[in-house]
Amino acid sequence: MRTQPTAPALQLPEKHYLNATYGIRSWLLTTDHKRIALLYLASVTFFFFIGGFFAMMIRLHLLTPNGYLLTPDQYNRMFTMHGVAMVFFFLIPSIPAVMGNFLIPLMIGAKDLAFPKINLISWYIYVIGGVFTLWSMINGGLDTGWTFYTPFSTLYSNSAVAPAVVGVFITGFSSILTGLNFLVTVHTMRAPGMTWFRLPLFVWAHYATSIVMILGTPVIAITLGLAAMERVFGLGFFNPAMGGDPILFQHLFWFYSHPAVYIMILPAMGVISELIPTFARKRLFGYHFVAAASLAIAVIGFLVWTHHMFVTGQSTYAAVAFSFLTFIVAIPSAIKTFNWTATLFGGSISFDTPMLYAFGFLGLFLIGGLTGLFLGALGVDINIHDTYFVVAHFHYIMVGGAVMGYLGGLHFWWPKITGRMYPEWLARIAAFILFIGFNFTFFPQFILGIMGMPRRYHTYPPEFQIYNVMSTAGASILAVGYLLPMVYLTWAAFFGKVAGENPWPATGLEWKTQSPPLTENFEVTPVVTWEAYDFHNRPDLGLDVPSGKGSPGVVAPAHGDD
Amino acid sequence: MHRTGALYGQFKTLEQQKDTATLGMWIFLVTEVMFFGGIMLAYTINRHTYFHAFAMGSNTLSLGLGGFNTVVLLASSFTMAMAVWASQTSRKQLITLFLGLTILLGFVFFGVKYVEYAQKFHHHLVPGKNFDIFYCVNNPSKCEDIDAADMAKEREELEVAAKADPDLNAHAQLYYSAYFGMTGLHALHMVIGAGLLFWLLKESVAGKFNAEWNNPVDIVGLYWHFVDIVWIYLFPLLYLIDRHK
Amino acid sequence: MLFSFILMTTLFFAVLVTVVIIFAAFKFRRQSEKEVGDDVHGNNLLEVGWTLIPTIIAIGIFAWGAAIYVNYRIAPKDTLDIYLIGKQWMWKLQQPNGRKEINELHVPVNRNIKLIMGSEDVIHDFYVPAFRVKMDVVPGRYNTMWFRPTKTGKYHFFCSQYCGTNHAVMGGWVTVMEPAEYAAWLSGETGDVNPVSAGERLFTQLACVTCHLSNGTGRAPSLNGVFGANVLLADGSTVVADEAYIRESILQPKAKIVAGYQPIMPTFQGLVTEEQILSLTAYIKSLQSQPVPPKGAGIAPSSAGKK
Repeated sequence: MRTQPTAPALQLPEKHYLNATYGIRSWLLTTDHKRIALLYLASVTFFFFIGGFFAMMIRLHLLTPNGYLLTPDQYNRMFTMHGVAMVFFFLIPSIPAVMGNFLIPLMIGAKDLAFPKINLISWYIYVIGGVFTLWSMINGGLDTGWTFYTPFSTLYSNSAVAPAVVGVFITGFSSILTGLNFLVTVHTMRAPGMTWFRLPLFVWAHYATSIVMILGTPVIAITLGLAAMERVFGLGFFNPAMGGDPILFQHLFWFYSHPAVYIMILPAMGVISELIPTFARKRLFGYHFVAAASLAIAVIGFLVWTHHMFVTGQSTYAAVAFSFLTFIVAIPSAIKTFNWTATLFGGSISFDTPMLYAFGFLGLFLIGGLTGLFLGALGVDINIHDTYFVVAHFHYIMVGGAVMGYLGGLHFWWPKITGRMYPEWLARIAAFILFIGFNFTFFPQFILGIMGMPRRYHTYPPEFQIYNVMSTAGASILAVGYLLPMVYLTWAAFFGKVAGENPWPATGLEWKTQSPPLTENFEVTPVVTWEAYDFHNRPDLGLDVPSGKGSPGVVAPAHGDD
Repeated sequence: MHRTGALYGQFKTLEQQKDTATLGMWIFLVTEVMFFGGIMLAYTINRHTYFHAFAMGSNTLSLGLGGFNTVVLLASSFTMAMAVWASQTSRKQLITLFLGLTILLGFVFFGVKYVEYAQKFHHHLVPGKNFDIFYCVNNPSKCEDIDAADMAKEREELEVAAKADPDLNAHAQLYYSAYFGMTGLHALHMVIGAGLLFWLLKESVAGKFNAEWNNPVDIVGLYWHFVDIVWIYLFPLLYLIDRHK
Repeated sequence: MLFSFILMTTLFFAVLVTVVIIFAAFKFRRQSEKEVGDDVHGNNLLEVGWTLIPTIIAIGIFAWGAAIYVNYRIAPKDTLDIYLIGKQWMWKLQQPNGRKEINELHVPVNRNIKLIMGSEDVIHDFYVPAFRVKMDVVPGRYNTMWFRPTKTGKYHFFCSQYCGTNHAVMGGWVTVMEPAEYAAWLSGETGDVNPVSAGERLFTQLACVTCHLSNGTGRAPSLNGVFGANVLLADGSTVVADEAYIRESILQPKAKIVAGYQPIMPTFQGLVTEEQILSLTAYIKSLQSQPVPPKGAGIAPSSAGKK
C-alpha cells in the first residue's frame, strides 16, 4: 500500500476576487459585493477609531470629579460625537455592511446581491454622510447628545448641528439601500434547493434586520430633516413658543432609534447562531424557533419606543402599555439565548477564538439583556432612567453583544475573506483582554447608576469617583483588546497561514468554495439538498460521524460536484 | 454599463431579473411610505391641536390651482399606465408618445406649483421671520392678485380664526411648515421621477422596450403612481380643510 | 423592593445560565480532532417551557412596576404644592406662600408634596435619588410629580436630562424639616436669636435695600440715623420716627410720605409677620449710629423744627 504523502502546504488559489483586477478604480468602482464589504470594513473601522478616540477623552476626563481635562462644552461634544460616530457610523452598518454584504450571496449560493450597483452607491452614500458629520465634528463639534433632543438641538445649541444632522440623514439612506438589497436578494436569488428553512440563521437574522432597516430608517430621515429645517428655517414643529411640541421629536426619534438597536444586535445574534453550531459541531437547537424569534424581535421592536420616555410626563396609560410590550420583546431574545445554550449540550466544543467571542457574547448579552428588565419596569425606571445604569446596560449589549459578535465573525470568516488564518493564540489572549477590560469598564457603571450618578455629566459628586476610576482603568485594558485584533488581523491578511477552503470545518455554503472566493463566488451554481448545520450528513467535511446516528437526509456532495 | 434588456451577471434568467427589480421597487415604495409618514404624523397632530390655524392656512390656498394639479397628475398616471401597456404590446412609437405626455404633464404640475409657491413668497406666507398670516389683509395693495371679494372673505375668516386662537400666526406657521415640507418633499420626488422618465424616453426611442422586456417601464410606472398617490393624500389634507362653508 | 426582586430574579437566571454554559463547555469539550456533536433538532416542550416561564415572570415584574408607576403619576389630593421652573442652568422654586428659592427645596417631613414643574427653555429633569423620584420639565407644558419625605435631612437633587453646558452642575439640595421648623422657615424665621441680624437679612430678602440705599441716592430715603429722629413729611409736618412709625411705614407706606419722595413704596401687609416687623425695627434701630448722608435722609433739619 502506498504511504500517504505528507500533505503539501496549502496554496492560495490562483485567481480570486482580490487579484481579479488591480488598481484603485477597480476598487472604487467595483460592484463585487465582497470588495464592497471590504470598502465598508475600512470605513467602519475608521469611524470606530473616531468614536474610540472620543470615548478615551470621556474616560480620561472622568478620572476626577472636577475633571480638568476638558471644559464643560468640550466634554459635551466628546460624548455626543462618541455616540454619533459609534451608533450611526459603526454599529448600525458594521455586521450587515461588512459581513452581510460579503456572506449573504455566498451563503445562499448566488453570484452577487440583487442590486450590486446599488450596493456600491450605498457605500458612497455612507461616505458622503460621514464626510458631513466629520466636517461638523471638526468645525464646531456637536454637543446635543446623539439623541438631538429638541428644543436644545434646534434652538439653543451653539454647535454644528445642521451639518451633523444632514450627515446622519444621508447615511441613513445607505442603511435603507442595504436592507432593501438584502430583502430582495434573499427572496429572489437563492440557489436551487436553498429553501427558506435551509437558510443559515445568519441570513434569517439579516432578513429580520433588513425589515427593520427599511421600515425604521426613513422615519429618522424625515425626523432629522424636520429638525434641520427647524434649526435653519425656523419651522416650529418642535418649538413650544410656536405651538410645537418637543416631545413630538422624541416620539419620532425613538420610533426609529429603538428598532435601530435591534438593527445593531440582530446581525450579531446571527453571527452567534453560526459560531455556536460550528464550534460545537452540532446543529442549532430549535432552528425554527430561533428564526421566528428573529422576526418577532424585528416586529415587536417597533412597538416599544416610548420606554425611552417614561419620565417625560406622557400619558400614564401609554407608559403602561409600552412597558408591557417592552417585557414582551425581551422574550424572543431569551428564547434565543436558551437555544444557543442548549446547542452546547451533546456537542463537541472547541475553544477557538470565534467561539471565545461567542461565549463572551452569551455572558455579556445575558447581563445586558437582564438589566433591560430593570429599565422596562416602570417603577424602577423612574430611578435609573438617564443614569449610568442605562449607559452600562446599552454598552453591555452594544459592546458586549454586538461588538463581540462583530469580532467573533471577523475572526471566523477571516480565512474566507483573506484566504489566510489569524494567529490563534494571540487572538485568544486578545479576546480575554477584551473581555476583562470590558467588564472593568462597564460593570462599575451599573453601580454608579444605582447610586444615582446621572449621565452626560462632566463633573460629579466625589462619592462617585472610585467607580469612575475603575471604569477608566478598564477602558484602557479594553482599548488594548481592540487594538490587538486590528494589528494581527491586518498582518494575517498578508502573512497568515493559508487556510484552505474550509479550515474549521463549517457547514455553510460559503465554505464550499475556495478561500478567498472567486469574483463570481462559485464555479458552478450549487444545488442544495441538505439542512443547515447538518454535521451528520456532510461527509465532505471529513469528520467522524458515528454510523447510524445520522438522520436519513440527503448526503451533501463534495465540493465541485453538482 | 449594462444595456437595457441585457441579462445582468448576477441573475440566471431575465425572469429572475424582472422579479427582483419589481420586488426591489415595491420595497422601496414601502420605505417612501414610512418617509412621508413621519411628516404626515407631525401634520396630523398639529392639525388636531390647532384646527383653526390649519383651516385658515388651508383656505389661503387656491382650490382651483390645487384641483387642476390633481387632475394633471391623475392624467399623468393614466398616460404612464398607457406607456406600460404600449411597452407590453410592443407599440414602440406609442411608448415614446405616452412617456412624453407623462413628462409634459409633470412639467405642467411643476409650473402650477411654481406659481403657487411664488404667490406664497409674495404674501409673506413662507415660514421664517417674515411669516405673517395677516399680511395681505393688512396690506391689500401689496396683494393685488387677491380680488376684493376674496379679500373680504379672508378678512372675515381671519377675524373668526384669531378670536378662536389668539396665537393664530404662530400656529398658522406650523400649517405652512407642513405645507412646504410635504409639497416640497413631493415635488422633489417628482423631479426624480421626471429624471427617470427622461431616461425611459431615451431608451424607448432607442427601441429597448417590447413585450419581451419592459420591466423598467413597469417599475418606473410604479414609482410614478406612488408619487401620484402621495399627491392624492396631500391635496385633501392641505387644500380641503374645512372648506364646506 | 421591586428592585430587589428584579435583582434577585435576574441574578438567579444570570448565574443559572452562566453555570449551565460553563458546565456544558467543559462537559462537552472536544475529545478528538474530528469529533462531531449529537444530531439533535430541538425539543418543542422545552421551547414552550422556556418561553412561558420567562413570560410569566416578565409580566409579573411588569405589573408590579406598573402599579408603582401609576401610583407615582397620580398625586393624592392633599398635597403641599410647590412650583418649580428649570432653566439653563438653575432651578427656581416657589413655596405656596410665595417664598422663592434657587437650587434649594425645603419641605416638611411626612407630608405629600407635589411639584408643579415647567421649563423656561430646554428640557431638564428634576431627580432626587434618595426619594426615588424623577420627572422631566418640558417647555410648553406643565409636568407634576409627587413624593412624601419620611426622614428629615438634606438630599441631593440633580438635573437629569442633558441641557447644555452646565447640565452637570445644575443640582442642589432638598432639605426635609420637621413641620414646625418648616413653618418657621417658610415665614422667614431663620431661628436666629439676634433680631438685628434677622432684621438685616429680611431687609435684603424683602428687597428694602434696593430702594432705601444707605448713601441716600436711592428712590427712598436712607434709614441711617432715622430712628428716633424727626422726619420731614411732604405736607410740611414732622413726625418722630419711633417703632409705631416704622411699623406704619411698612404696612401702610402711603400714610406718611417723606418730603421730596414719591409715594411708590409697596405695602408689605400680609407679607411679613409681627415678629418680622420687630426684627426689621431692631435692625433700623441699629442704623442710628450710621453716618447720615447729607442729602436723602428725610430727616428734618434740626435747626428749628417747623410744625
